[in-house]
Amino acid sequence: MQTTSGTAENENGKQEYTITVYAENRIGLLNRIAIIFSKRKINIESLNTSPSEIEGIHRFNIVIHESAEVVRKLARQIEKQVEVLKVYYNTNEEIIWQELALYKVSTDEITEKVTVERLLRQYGASAVVIRKDYTVFAVTGHKEETDALVKALEPYELIEFVRSARVAIIKDSAGFHEKLKEFEALEPGEEVVENEFLDKGDKIFTM
Amino acid sequence: METAQDLTATGTETRQEPAGTFKGSGSQALLNGLIAEGVSTIFGYPGGAIMPIYDALYDYNERLEHILVRHEQGGIHAAQGYARTSGKVGVVFATSGPGATNLVTGLADAQIDSTPLVCITGQVFAHLLGTDAFQETDVINITTPVTKWNYQVTDAKEIPEVLAKAFYVAKSGRPGPVLIDITKNAQLQIETFAPYKKCNHIRSYRPAPQIRQEFIAEAAALINKAERPFVLFGQGVILGKAEKEFTEFIEKSGIPAAWTIMGESAIPTDHPLNVGMLGMHGNYGPNVLTNECDVLIAVGMRFDDRVTGRLDKYAKQAKIVHLDIDPAEIDKNVKADVGVWGDCKATLPLLTALVEKRNHQAWLDRFKAYNQEEQDQVITPELYPAGEEMTMGEVLRNINEITGGDAVIVTDVGQHQMVACRYAKFNKTRSNVTSGGLGTMGFGLPAAIGAKYGAPERTVIAIIGDGGFQMTPQELGTIMQFGAAVKILILNNRFLGMVRQWQQLFHDKRYSFVNITSPDFVALAKSYYIEASRVDERASLRSALETMINHEGSYLLEVMVGKENNVFPMVPQGCSVSEIRLK
Repeated sequence: MQTTSGTAENENGKQEYTITVYAENRIGLLNRIAIIFSKRKINIESLNTSPSEIEGIHRFNIVIHESAEVVRKLARQIEKQVEVLKVYYNTNEEIIWQELALYKVSTDEITEKVTVERLLRQYGASAVVIRKDYTVFAVTGHKEETDALVKALEPYELIEFVRSARVAIIKDSAGFHEKLKEFEALEPGEEVVENEFLDKGDKIFTM
Repeated sequence: METAQDLTATGTETRQEPAGTFKGSGSQALLNGLIAEGVSTIFGYPGGAIMPIYDALYDYNERLEHILVRHEQGGIHAAQGYARTSGKVGVVFATSGPGATNLVTGLADAQIDSTPLVCITGQVFAHLLGTDAFQETDVINITTPVTKWNYQVTDAKEIPEVLAKAFYVAKSGRPGPVLIDITKNAQLQIETFAPYKKCNHIRSYRPAPQIRQEFIAEAAALINKAERPFVLFGQGVILGKAEKEFTEFIEKSGIPAAWTIMGESAIPTDHPLNVGMLGMHGNYGPNVLTNECDVLIAVGMRFDDRVTGRLDKYAKQAKIVHLDIDPAEIDKNVKADVGVWGDCKATLPLLTALVEKRNHQAWLDRFKAYNQEEQDQVITPELYPAGEEMTMGEVLRNINEITGGDAVIVTDVGQHQMVACRYAKFNKTRSNVTSGGLGTMGFGLPAAIGAKYGAPERTVIAIIGDGGFQMTPQELGTIMQFGAAVKILILNNRFLGMVRQWQQLFHDKRYSFVNITSPDFVALAKSYYIEASRVDERASLRSALETMINHEGSYLLEVMVGKENNVFPMVPQGCSVSEIRLK
């Protein structure tokens, strides 16, 4: 998944990378992953944790702005963690991604000064709630798109704005099902003793 | 006290069948698990939140030897020393709060030096978590960056599985410290436990990466073409128990090999292909010739900055072959042309099979020539000083002559550490115990206690500076109480010597707070009923060292060495390894 394509690279060789982490769903793992970045004074631009295509396995999406070399090293450090199954990192060209943004605007304001219909059409927005006092719009898309609507709504009293973390699908990934089978079938360590608790992780290791 | 009586009652039952199903407390399940994992020695210190475990331990006295240290930091360093000489997992008990936070330095040390440990800390009752209860600390979050894995247990049912996982994680792959935090209710909780099962697989954890034969072949091709190949080895050879495989590899390929201080003693000091120590205070030839070799083969080492000096001038002319069990180490500091992922115990024989039998005599002679220069300018004056003042080097020379190189040498951190690593002679593996990555002053004395428990049949000599000794002298009490026959050698130069050396060389001799005074170490040892003496002249050095080494039981010897001696050679910080200075 490593790439050298540098369309969005700036002069330091830095660009946006999306790191995808497949991991066990364990208390404290988020912290263990987060400190790998903070130890190196690297800022996380966006972080999302969610279920994955496999029950019981969590998927983290972490967006950072760094060089390919730094990202590769970070990915290996993350993958080294006992409860992490696999780490991928990709440039924006290699993924399909979305972010969800919510906008709260005064209903009076927009009905008087701008037509709701125009907003909905122009920005692909949907009205989630329409009340007498305010209306909430939702837009799904890339940061540039959701930012544009912030700009457009600025003159009309944007009361609240929030944007979710990035969620990303890797274009040429076949999913994790096969990989997981591989991992579960890996040769056991030197002392070959069957461990009956292996597949009961969730029951045993969660509090 | 009802609970305590219950525990005693079920304890009797457990003793008869430790591996079978039993009803008992979480504490008993823990101790049964330790026995099942082959643990015989625990270093620890009791306290409020770990009292149920200590209560259970009362009944296990015959099967688990518990060494009561004087400070939890001493306990974890002792466990490190134990792990390093024995090759087994070191086990530590500590209570919550301050007990647990006192482990942090040792955890960091074990993490960076890949030492397998399982630390058990007590924690407040689960229902009190987050209430700022007495002696409550967020141990899991404090220790996350300095453990390979950690886990908080709040239900006794989890204890056997978590313990099995802890041992597996600690010792497999690249070893490291693991911490289990057990709340007091889980220690007390009575459950029926299934027979203990060791862990040998965790689906999310790959202790060793899969070996790729094509990279072995690529590495062999580079090695077979090389005219000036050079092997660097680290602790990976010892941790992988691959000393034999490593020796076969260098002997067949005929390649000179130099060590990091963590890898020292993996092959004997006098092996004809052992060309010495790498790094800042390493030997002349290995440092200079790093920048002249054509193929550099790194085995189980991680290119620490103290080994490489300035990276952009490090072995730029060479093709790099890097063998490591930890994929994150390959290309981390030095970009490898061929990265051979895997346990070196498995990869080295595959490589040995493909390399040609060679003899690089002319190349080896270049190491010898540099060695001669270093002998004349540095080593001989250090080992056979002409001046009146004693040198640390001559103390080491005398130790070598007395022990023949069979002793375990444990060091603290500083000048004496570099001198000991440079000059101590080793015949056997697992003989050099030192705080390499973290550089923890105060490591030496407690680590030596553990080293002795890990290798009771061997002579263990702790070499410690006057500064470092004053960081953990309380462990003399542990020696007094449990009789660990550790030989303590204080090399006293009345300075924090290494810092003073840097201040002399790089800060215009501005000796800022390096002038340290010491108590009467002999009287201090004697107050702990440990035999002791002091030597301040050469004439009595040899006999004093013989007395110390031949003494039955522990002995402390203080040797007054020159105040302002420096350790050379030296690669100044920010310089290339080939810019190494002989003076």
